[in-house]
Amino acid sequence: MIKIQDMTKVYGTGDATVRALDGVSLEIGRGEWVSITGPSGSGKSTLMHIIGCLDTPTSGEYRLNEVEVSGMDDAELATVRNREIGFVFQSFNLLSRVNAMQQVMLPLQYQRGEKRLPRGERAKRARAMLEMVGLKDRLHHQPTELSGGQQQRVAIARALAQQPSILLADEPTGNLDSKSGAEVMDILHRLHREQGLTILVVTHDPMVAAQAQRVIFVQDGRIANTHVNPAQQGGA
Amino acid sequence: MDWLENLITAWNGLNANKMRSGLTMLGVIIGVAAVISLLSIGQGVQASITGSLTGAGSNLLFIAPGAYQFGGVQSPSGSAASLTYADAQAVADPRNVPDAALVAPEFTMSTQVVFGSANVNAKVIGITPVYLEVYDLEIVEGRFITEGDVSGREAVAVLGSDTARDLFGGFDPIGQKIKVTIPGVGGGRVSLTVVGVLASKGSSRLGNPDEAIIVPITTAQTKIFDGRNAQGEIIVTSVNVSAASEERVDEVTAQIESLLTRRHGFKPGEETDFSVVTQEDLLATMMQITSILVVFLGAIAAISLLVGGIGIMNIMLVSVTERTREIGLRKAVGARRTDILAQFLLEAIILSLAGGGLGIGLGVGIAKLVAATGAINAVITPQAILLAVGFSMGVGLFFGIYPANRAAGLKPIEALRYE
Repeated sequence: MIKIQDMTKVYGTGDATVRALDGVSLEIGRGEWVSITGPSGSGKSTLMHIIGCLDTPTSGEYRLNEVEVSGMDDAELATVRNREIGFVFQSFNLLSRVNAMQQVMLPLQYQRGEKRLPRGERAKRARAMLEMVGLKDRLHHQPTELSGGQQQRVAIARALAQQPSILLADEPTGNLDSKSGAEVMDILHRLHREQGLTILVVTHDPMVAAQAQRVIFVQDGRIANTHVNPAQQGGA
Repeated sequence: MDWLENLITAWNGLNANKMRSGLTMLGVIIGVAAVISLLSIGQGVQASITGSLTGAGSNLLFIAPGAYQFGGVQSPSGSAASLTYADAQAVADPRNVPDAALVAPEFTMSTQVVFGSANVNAKVIGITPVYLEVYDLEIVEGRFITEGDVSGREAVAVLGSDTARDLFGGFDPIGQKIKVTIPGVGGGRVSLTVVGVLASKGSSRLGNPDEAIIVPITTAQTKIFDGRNAQGEIIVTSVNVSAASEERVDEVTAQIESLLTRRHGFKPGEETDFSVVTQEDLLATMMQITSILVVFLGAIAAISLLVGGIGIMNIMLVSVTERTREIGLRKAVGARRTDILAQFLLEAIILSLAGGGLGIGLGVGIAKLVAATGAINAVITPQAILLAVGFSMGVGLFFGIYPANRAAGLKPIEALRYE
């Protein structure tokens, strides 16, 4: 589903250039759960941002669902993000002073084409999404009225509202205590198991990384090691 | 994403941040309201002054003692006691000033007027009967001053409408006796019988008779005030002349000037101790004064606009961090640059329109309120409204869109990380 070939990303010019990615090749299949891990500055976040179409590579190929993404312009990338990718961020990134329902409906309003959900059905979808993450009784709460774990669950509901083909989570438990972190991971496991959701988690937490079927270690912009986790194979 | 979608998004954005929206709108409201009300009041003052001057008939001219100075015509009772009753009679002689239709000498000073416990400071205008015609005054009750009153120095008075109301309230003043204080130490009082009441002229015309009491000129000169100069001549404070027609005003001016220059023993071209002022001169002077007022009020209004604009800018720039992250998130979930711009453009338009509308309402309200007190007129011009709304919308749109446009151009990941 994701096929990356020889990808590089260079920041800066002249002597100050930093090669954040230095020839990365990678494939992720449908329904897989993959972790990307590595030390700070290894390039794991850059890789995820490019996979998420939040950033563009300097060179290399990136095919998402058999579509070449690397040459797309801003508007096309926006459409790809909207259709194919759901994001969960370390810092939740919920809109302030907006209730959970509206947070989840946010991606739906940017939908285009035949996949577009009519306005009248968005609330229904949002409610279903929030029920799925166990926030049935928090539909009209604002971020300030929710715990960190609950906010991250709202973010997961938002990420999945437009039914993307992959969920990208950047340190999803980084701002959470271990109990809420475990709850969030449980939700991801359930979605992966029950709905066959493709999940890509970027983390430097080995405990979180180890929950994937495949763990990719990134160092100095290269894939240093790939570890297949037999304990998690049954999930797919 | 259609426009209705954008509109809903913009509305939700504003609704989610009521404080920010309110404060931004307040900037627009204050700017618009200040400009409209101040310009309206300025225009109103100008219009009422110039309007009343032209309304009094542009064939009028005045002879005043002393040199005509900027604005100085308003106190013709000034120090110079050079204009005598004999001068007025000479002007009234058609052989001297053939183009004058009516000549009304006047002796006016202010003093206390008392009836019972009511007490007002009023102008006491001493006149001859022709004054009625010169100023086109109307009697609503009783009669005006007659030739007999003037020759007999009768102790009678005709009240201006405001004076009648202030002294008598509701009831009929005709036949009542009012007391007029003689100015100076140990002056005592003169008792006058009210014989008539004037219709309201309702204007701020010079020497507004609404707030005056009118007496025979001889009574004013001898019984109430001291109407003589150091040489013992009987003086007047001004002479009102109406020219036979508007076209003749210049001739009348020339005739009077030559007559009085001769009578006062000046050589032609020399600086004299009297001045002839036409309605036009007054108008020009008043225009000069009031345009300063309009410019002054306009400057205050411009400052309010500027402050309002800075307020809008401030709020927009302060919220830029939060909004940049919001833009980053919106882009991450699929918003295009055009979606972001449309949202912020609509937010700014909604705020500017709502603020502009409320500002117009408030500004017109203030102008009307000021006008309702009766002290000052207010003329609301479409130009003032256009200027105010145009500027405020411009500021609102610019400061609403400029930071958003910058943020919308960022890569989503940069916007999300913006600190």
